[in-house]
Amino acid sequence: MSAPVVTRATRASRVAMIIAALALIVLALAPWWAGRADLRLMGEIFLYLSLACLWNLMAGYAGLVSVGQQAFVGFGGYMLFALTIFGGLHPIVAIVLAGVLAAALSVPVAALIFRLKGAYFAIGTWVMAEVFRLTFAQISSLGGGSGTSLPVGIVKSLASSRSGREALSYWLALGAAVVVITCVYLFLRSRRGLALTAIRDSEVAASGLGIDIWRTKLEVYVVTSAFTAIIGGLLFLQKLRISPDAAFSVNDWTAFVIFIVVIGGIGTLEGPIIGTLIFFLLRETLADFGTIYLMVLGVVAIVVMLKAPKGVWGLVRDRYDLELFPLSYRVRTDTKGS
Amino acid sequence: MIEWVNAVVQGILLGGLYALFAAGLSLIFGVMRLVNIAHGDLIILAAYLGLSTTVMLGVHPFVALLILMPAMAGIGYVLQRGLLNQTLGPDILPPLLVTFGLSVILQNALLEGYTADPQKLNAGAIETASLSVGGLSLGVMPLLTFGIAILVIAGLQWVFYATALGRGFRAVSDNQDIAQLMGLNKAHVFGVAMALALAVTAIAGILLGVRTSFDPSIGGGRLIFGFEAVIIGGLGNIWGTLAGGVILGVAQTIGAKIDPGWQVLAGHVAFLVVLAVRPNGLFPRVTH
Repeated sequence: MSAPVVTRATRASRVAMIIAALALIVLALAPWWAGRADLRLMGEIFLYLSLACLWNLMAGYAGLVSVGQQAFVGFGGYMLFALTIFGGLHPIVAIVLAGVLAAALSVPVAALIFRLKGAYFAIGTWVMAEVFRLTFAQISSLGGGSGTSLPVGIVKSLASSRSGREALSYWLALGAAVVVITCVYLFLRSRRGLALTAIRDSEVAASGLGIDIWRTKLEVYVVTSAFTAIIGGLLFLQKLRISPDAAFSVNDWTAFVIFIVVIGGIGTLEGPIIGTLIFFLLRETLADFGTIYLMVLGVVAIVVMLKAPKGVWGLVRDRYDLELFPLSYRVRTDTKGS
Repeated sequence: MIEWVNAVVQGILLGGLYALFAAGLSLIFGVMRLVNIAHGDLIILAAYLGLSTTVMLGVHPFVALLILMPAMAGIGYVLQRGLLNQTLGPDILPPLLVTFGLSVILQNALLEGYTADPQKLNAGAIETASLSVGGLSLGVMPLLTFGIAILVIAGLQWVFYATALGRGFRAVSDNQDIAQLMGLNKAHVFGVAMALALAVTAIAGILLGVRTSFDPSIGGGRLIFGFEAVIIGGLGNIWGTLAGGVILGVAQTIGAKIDPGWQVLAGHVAFLVVLAVRPNGLFPRVTH
């Protein structure tokens, strides 16, 4: 009998990685095989996927249930406009800088709202988002309450042709999703990620093992805020127009994202991916029904939360013991060996 | 100078309305540690149901309360026993996400049923009536709202500390399992607490609808005002909630006096200042 081996990777996870790599190549070539409308839709899907992964990292792992992530989406969007219009920066530089600024801003924000616990923290984040919205609505050089458009010159600085801009915008969205998923995955596999998973499972036990809970949560909050602002910048680079109500919309940037994560499976890496696919399938088939569609989405989320709190992916995982992103450790005894 | 005094007085009276938004929130949190994200949307639901009642029966909004309060209480009891009780437990995620989903459902159901057009409740001559006090002109409706807020809070205080029902509330709040052993059915107690909270919400909804116009999208904002009043006043202190509402109201009217665009922002800033300086609120109940 051989000694048991502890591994993270499984055959399923290796196969999944190969399929993901192939899919990525196909997706990267999309500007040559997809139509204009499809390209735009896929870009939006990747940005929502990124938002969902980030929210999942906060809520599903760090226990920071925020309903105010629209604060950073909107901040990123507005920074793109402000830094390009007033700072004369290239849009991509402006978006990266927006992430840095959001990280800096998120520290004092966290110092305030981390004083609120649990559900009160959630509403506190919402208040913050409202403060951001009302503040940007006061800035008349950015159009005040009615908003502003990105000047033509700045739009043209991305690429001279329209199809070139659309392809670039799509690649940026795809790249953002890949970077976010990879970063979250590597973070969760790291020592810090282990600490975070411990906090997710039991705060008391984690603190007893010497994990600095406040600090770990702060790190997650700052990193998530920075990435969320970058995604916000990319979202409004697609839209080319910004207004306080669109930038800081709780429905668009938080409600949908929460539904995606809850339906897909909170606290797993696969969940947001499955959830995004389900969300856009539902949206593309039911969007004509407007408000009914949102009500259906709300009902589905409530039913999932009550009947299958680990979401669709949780059901799959329990049934087949499947893990596409190898995060947990498995003990295997190699019975075929010597 | 008199204008500033006026702003402060109007702010105090506005605080009564915010205290009514907050009272239900505070009651539910106190009894079952549930933070109801849909609370604001339930206030707007009450306003719309009040509108339907006044239009269909041709009655004054205050008379409509006689139907609306029991109706909202019934909705609250059914909602709690049918849905929200299943979410309660050590994990904070299910109640938060389920009430968030409920909020989106309510908002869109109201949009479907009543359209996005702003509506208002018509209370007749009382809306424009005012009293002159020492150079200030005080609206009868704001005064009445403030008086009702004091009565409601005194009533809740009485229920909590002087009735068998309140003893049940306090018992399940202290320890659900032991309360259950003592023969209380906690599912029922929670249902009654939610019924009481939504009866208060009915009052808040009617007073809101008489004061300003409303549409299906404004529930979230009302939740935030109520929440800020609770945190400013201090968790678990129901009179503190009134004080919190007043501070929020005064901050808003003073902000609006400086620049009309700053009204709501000034309220949020006051809340953040309190959170920075006194994270437990100004009048926290001493807990052990």
